[in-house]
Amino acid sequence: MLRINCPFCGIRDEAEFKFGGDASVKRPPADAGAEAFYLYAYERDNPKGWYVEWWHHVAGCRQWLKVVRHTVTHDIAQVAKAGDAVSVPQS
Amino acid sequence: MSKYSVFRLISEGLRGQTGWGRAWRDPDPKPAYDVIIIGGGGHGLASAYYLARTQGITNVAVLERGQIGLGNVGRNTTIVRSNYLFPENNLFYEKSLQLWEGLEQDLNFNVMMSQRGVINLYHSDSQRDAYARRGNSMRLNGIDAELLDREQVRAMVPILDFDNARFPIQGGLLQRRGGTARHDAVAWGLARGADRLGVDIIQNCEVTGIRRDGDRVVGVETTRGYIAAPKVGIAVAGHTSQVAAMAGIRLPVESHLLQAFVSESVKPVLDHVVTFGAGHFYISQSDKGGLVFGGGLDGYNSFSQRGTLPEAEHVISEGVAMIPMLSRLRVLRQWAGVMDMTFDGTPLICKTPVRGLYVNGGWCYGGFKAVPGSGWCFAHTIAKDEPHAFNAAMTIERFRDGAMVDEKGAGPFPWLH
Repeated sequence: MLRINCPFCGIRDEAEFKFGGDASVKRPPADAGAEAFYLYAYERDNPKGWYVEWWHHVAGCRQWLKVVRHTVTHDIAQVAKAGDAVSVPQS
Repeated sequence: MSKYSVFRLISEGLRGQTGWGRAWRDPDPKPAYDVIIIGGGGHGLASAYYLARTQGITNVAVLERGQIGLGNVGRNTTIVRSNYLFPENNLFYEKSLQLWEGLEQDLNFNVMMSQRGVINLYHSDSQRDAYARRGNSMRLNGIDAELLDREQVRAMVPILDFDNARFPIQGGLLQRRGGTARHDAVAWGLARGADRLGVDIIQNCEVTGIRRDGDRVVGVETTRGYIAAPKVGIAVAGHTSQVAAMAGIRLPVESHLLQAFVSESVKPVLDHVVTFGAGHFYISQSDKGGLVFGGGLDGYNSFSQRGTLPEAEHVISEGVAMIPMLSRLRVLRQWAGVMDMTFDGTPLICKTPVRGLYVNGGWCYGGFKAVPGSGWCFAHTIAKDEPHAFNAAMTIERFRDGAMVDEKGAGPFPWLH
C-alpha cells in the first residue's frame, strides 16, 4: 500500500488515488507532426528507478498530483502540485 | 545426458537413483556465437531450442542473469489457450498451442500438459454475443470453440455462483484444447532440450551492454566478459525497455506488476480453467490441490516483483463473487511478476532499427501460453531476418503506422494499462 502525502489533504492511502501514467512526457504543439505525436503517445523511458508520474486524488481533493516514486522500492521522494517542478534524486 | 524413458526409470530405480546426472550442462561462455539470446526464461529458451531444432543454428548461447526458472516463467498461472478474436493473434496462439500439444514428445520431458479446457464465463446478453463472435472467429481459423449455456456450464463447474445478484452466470465460451502446463517443467524441459541440441545455456551471466558497429550489432558486454555475435535476440520480458536501451532503442512498453496466488490444497473441486467475465479473474486447480488464481495489474509502473494489498483484495473479492467457497480457503503463497505492457496488449516479436538485433517482449498478461510459438517465430525471424506470417503484425512500427492489434476492441490508447 502506497501512502501518498497529498499537498492538499495530507497523507492518504493509495486506494484514494488513481494512477495517471508518465508525467515526464509533454504534449507537442498541434502542428508538430505525426512523429512527435507518436513519440508522445507511445515511446517511454520506463525507468527502473526514480519515476515522475501522475496520480489523481479521486477520492479526496480531486487534484492531479506529480509524484516522484521509485519503481523498485516504491519509496516516494516528493509529491507536488501538478504545475510544480519536481527534482529527481540521483541514486 | 541420455534420453529419459521408462527403461531408464526402472534401471535407475534399481540403482538407487544415483545415475541421473544434471539435465543440462553449465558451460563457460565461448568468445563468439552465431546467435546470442539474452534471457533464459521461457521465451529465450524456446527461441534457442527452435533455432537449433527447426532452423539448424546450433552455435547459440542463452545468457541468463540469474538461474533458469526463477523469472516470469516460474511466476505465472500456467494457463495455455488460443481463444483470441483477431486472426493476428489467434493464428499465432494456435500455432503455439499445437506446439504445446507435441512438446513433451519433442522435448523428451514431461511438462504436465493438461488440456482440461478453458471456460470464459459470460454474464449478459451482450457478452454472450461477443463471445459467440470470438468463438466463430476461432472456428473460422480452424480452432476449437464451443458456446455453452448456463446448464452446460453448471454440469461442468458446479461450484460457481450461478445466481450472483450482480453478475449471474449465463454461460461460457469453452476451448477444450486449452488447459495448463507445469511452468517450471517447461523451463527445465526447454533448457535440457536446447542443451541436447548444442545450445550453451549460461547462467549467472548478466548482459550489461550491447556493442554496436554503426547500425549493426556485434556482440554483448556481460558480467562474464565480452561475447561476440552477429545476431542478438532480446527475450527478457519485464525488462525489455532496460535491455533495449543498451542499444539506444526506446519502446512502447511500460512495466507493471501482475500478482498470482495459490490457496491451500483441497480435494478436486475444479476440473477446468475458468475465467470470470465480469472482471479480470482466472483460476485453475493444480495437481497438488491448490487453487491457482490471478487477476489484473497492480495499476502503476513497478519492477518490485512484490504485489500490493489493494489489488490482492480486489482479485480475491472477484474470486469470491464467482466461487463463494474461496472465502473459506487460506492463501498460502502470493507473488508478483514484472510484465511488459504494450499499448495495445499484443507482443513484440520483430526486428529493430539496429541490424542483427531482434526483440521478443511486450507479453502483457499472456506470455506463458505463447512460449513455444514465440520461440518458434522468434527463431524464424532471427534465422531468416524476416518475420513469419504468424508474427508479421507484432512489430514496433505498428504503433507508428496505426496498425495496432487491439484485441479487446476498445481501441488503442496510451496508458491503456
